[in-house]
Amino acid sequence: MVLLLMPFSGYGQTVKEETLPNGLKVIALEDVSSPLSIFQVWYHGGSVNEQVGKTGLSHLLEHMMFKGTPRYGAKAFSKIIQSAGGIDNAGTSKDYVFYFQKLAPDRLNLSIELEADRMQNLILDPKETLLERDVVMEERRMRYEDDPQNLLYEEVVATAFKNHPYRWPTIGWMSDVSAITRDELYNYYKKYYSPNNAFIIVIGDIDRGSILSRIKDEFGRIPRGAEIKPIAVAEPEQRGEKRVFVRKEAELPYLLAAYKAPNILDDDSSALEVLAGILSGGKSSRIYKSLVSEKQLALSAGAEYDGLQKYPFLFYLYAQALPGKSIEEIEKSLYEEIEKVKTAPPSEREVQKVKNQIEAAFIMGQDSIYLQAQMLGIFEIIGDWRLKDRYLEGIRKVTPQDVQRAAKKYLIEDRRTVGILIPMKAGSEK
Amino acid sequence: MRNKKIKNYLFFLFVLLVTCHLSLVTLSSAHAAIEIKKEVLENGLTLLGVERHNLPIVMVTVGIKAGAVVEPEGKAGLANLTAEILTEGTKKRTANEISEEIEFIGASLDTSGGDDYIVISLSILKKDLKAGIDILSDIILNPSFSQDEINKKKKQIKGSLRGREEDPGFIASREFRKAVFGTHPYGRMTEGSPETIDIIGQADLLGFHSNYYTPNNAVISIVGDITMGEAKGLLKNYFSGWQKKETKKPLLDKPKQIDKKTVITVNKDITQANIMLGHLGISRDNPDYYDVMVMNYILGGGGFSSRLMQNIRDEKGLAYDVHSFFDARKEAGSFYVGLQTKNESAQTAIEEALKEINRIRSVEVSDTEVNNAKAFLKGSFPMKIETSRKIANFILAVESYGLGLDYISRYPAYIDSVTKESVLRAAKKYLAPERLILVVVAKEGKASLNELK
Repeated sequence: MVLLLMPFSGYGQTVKEETLPNGLKVIALEDVSSPLSIFQVWYHGGSVNEQVGKTGLSHLLEHMMFKGTPRYGAKAFSKIIQSAGGIDNAGTSKDYVFYFQKLAPDRLNLSIELEADRMQNLILDPKETLLERDVVMEERRMRYEDDPQNLLYEEVVATAFKNHPYRWPTIGWMSDVSAITRDELYNYYKKYYSPNNAFIIVIGDIDRGSILSRIKDEFGRIPRGAEIKPIAVAEPEQRGEKRVFVRKEAELPYLLAAYKAPNILDDDSSALEVLAGILSGGKSSRIYKSLVSEKQLALSAGAEYDGLQKYPFLFYLYAQALPGKSIEEIEKSLYEEIEKVKTAPPSEREVQKVKNQIEAAFIMGQDSIYLQAQMLGIFEIIGDWRLKDRYLEGIRKVTPQDVQRAAKKYLIEDRRTVGILIPMKAGSEK
Repeated sequence: MRNKKIKNYLFFLFVLLVTCHLSLVTLSSAHAAIEIKKEVLENGLTLLGVERHNLPIVMVTVGIKAGAVVEPEGKAGLANLTAEILTEGTKKRTANEISEEIEFIGASLDTSGGDDYIVISLSILKKDLKAGIDILSDIILNPSFSQDEINKKKKQIKGSLRGREEDPGFIASREFRKAVFGTHPYGRMTEGSPETIDIIGQADLLGFHSNYYTPNNAVISIVGDITMGEAKGLLKNYFSGWQKKETKKPLLDKPKQIDKKTVITVNKDITQANIMLGHLGISRDNPDYYDVMVMNYILGGGGFSSRLMQNIRDEKGLAYDVHSFFDARKEAGSFYVGLQTKNESAQTAIEEALKEINRIRSVEVSDTEVNNAKAFLKGSFPMKIETSRKIANFILAVESYGLGLDYISRYPAYIDSVTKESVLRAAKKYLAPERLILVVVAKEGKASLNELK
């Protein structure tokens, strides 16, 4: 959970929030140390809101948001930002989609005008939609079809969950993407892109008062949309290990074991975060020392807790084999490390080390306005940006016994889905 | 140690932010002012410092001219192996002790090989700086190069070379650099090949380290919550034992230009053709550097503002990622267009890329294009120096490429001097469709490229 190891405000700056009458929340932070500012609009509109057969809508819509409004024509958005010396991009995940620009603070007007405009006036031209669908299919080929480890990841997640919409990939299944229509996108846009389903984050050397009044001018007149209820789909309890294999042209076997785990709203999440650090926080951590350094079985190996999700998700173990090493032996060695934590709590020093790593990464992350914005945004998506304070407090309280308890409770065989990539030699397929 | 594969993927609109493609060279605006201080210590070590007190952190970057360009060809990978193994043990600390000490204080210490120079970076809280500099100096001055660690590291590097064969983009760029640079060190993998890695011995590492890891061959940049006086004091305490030594660098021939078209195809069972096409480019000290940068921004360096993106992605839906790049290094450089498209449309995408190369060579770009490009290249400069880590890396590059400490203030004038006419001149001079090298990694039979051969 790399993102978690990042920013935290605490050096004299305070985050302020205000909610406009139409429900749009604005979260602002003055940071005079950066020559730049960042402007983001977040929507609760990730792939978790999609339906079977219609996966990939959220992400394709994200692409289409750059395809123009009546006021600013097609392809204008990035050109306007870039010729103002800024950069822009957008990202989609399971829970959310966000749009950002990074530019000089005196150019923030551009962001405000452009983002307010495309929150309500997207054209979604049918011809452009077809072209962008092709682009996304190329993206999917690049990221999944031709990347054996990502293909395995997709397979493991789709197997671990049988009901919750976290099971499909954010980018969507290829056949679904290829069938998305303009009207489906338009309906999705109308439903999810409303001020009350969104929030703004603005950080930089800004005057909060005047930025806020500009935001009110542009976004304030957008009407409130229908209320979006959180999804009410539950994942049934898993009662036994699941295994899945991917055979594909590849060089080295790769293993990914995913355990069902709570998200950061759960009290156990801090202990799981520290557990991931003990197993995998650098070359002095247990899995690296054992599998990479001492036994020399793996090229890379580690653990990761993915708790920054709106709904409970996964805790992973992973390893890529060194040439000639067996994936069975690697799997066994990974579980041995888990058993060790379950049998005896980690040392005080190990726990302290992970706490120090998290604290240091928080402080260093504050040097980047982008990371600060990401942090606030993700916590706000999960429930409240103020959770970031609770998160660090939680980490500070973790004891070695908490770590042991969390390992015993969550890293158990029956809650596990194991995926193995079996490399095929070139030409041996089909 | 975190694995990118299992991050819950964020899907970005575009694979890279445009700035990634402008290498180290952009800036302007009063806002971006930083004061760089420089001092050469008695043993020849160059210290660069920038004070920044926004957070209690210090970022250190060390660059040593001990990259692949000074290693013998038969031992390709020696420079990289030397750099990678620095953190794996010194005369007084084992590999475990180093990682334990660094990680316990939440710091990070990384080394990486390179062609022109190798880089060591330390990120640390101010309160732990002394401990960090102590270890930093120890790994640079006293690495142990134990046989056991050498064997381990060689196995890992060879394994990772093997693993990267899974990535068609890696194969394409490996074949491309080989074809463009030939026997010049830029033409081979920084990591070397399994064969050359195998024959590197402990004596090679010791000799390479003693010859090239010298203070007069190194630059250290220290940025953050620290004064120049404090920085100097630390270096005196921890680096004064580092002895000056003159080592003659091997003379390298400039890479030879290839005067005909070349087509290289690699068969792989994949759905997309990974395409690179290009040829020799320019070195960083080329006087036309800024004309080339503006021209390339318009052609394919400027993300959604670029012609390649507009044509191949926006208008035809053929690719997610298409870009062009002038990789201008110390000794030479390359130019290439890179893209991925489904096997079946490889031919079309290549033809469109060629069309754009020919167009920018034959017709002047518009006023809007050149103005927008210049506005971006000037206006986006602060992004190069917005964090202490970025500043430390940036000023190291400024020093290594001999750009001068006043580079930041001179930069806007460089960009201002570029015109439509100079862009056309640069395109005619530095883009050469008649000697393009084309690399295609694709599924044989599905991507038909007959007409190009």
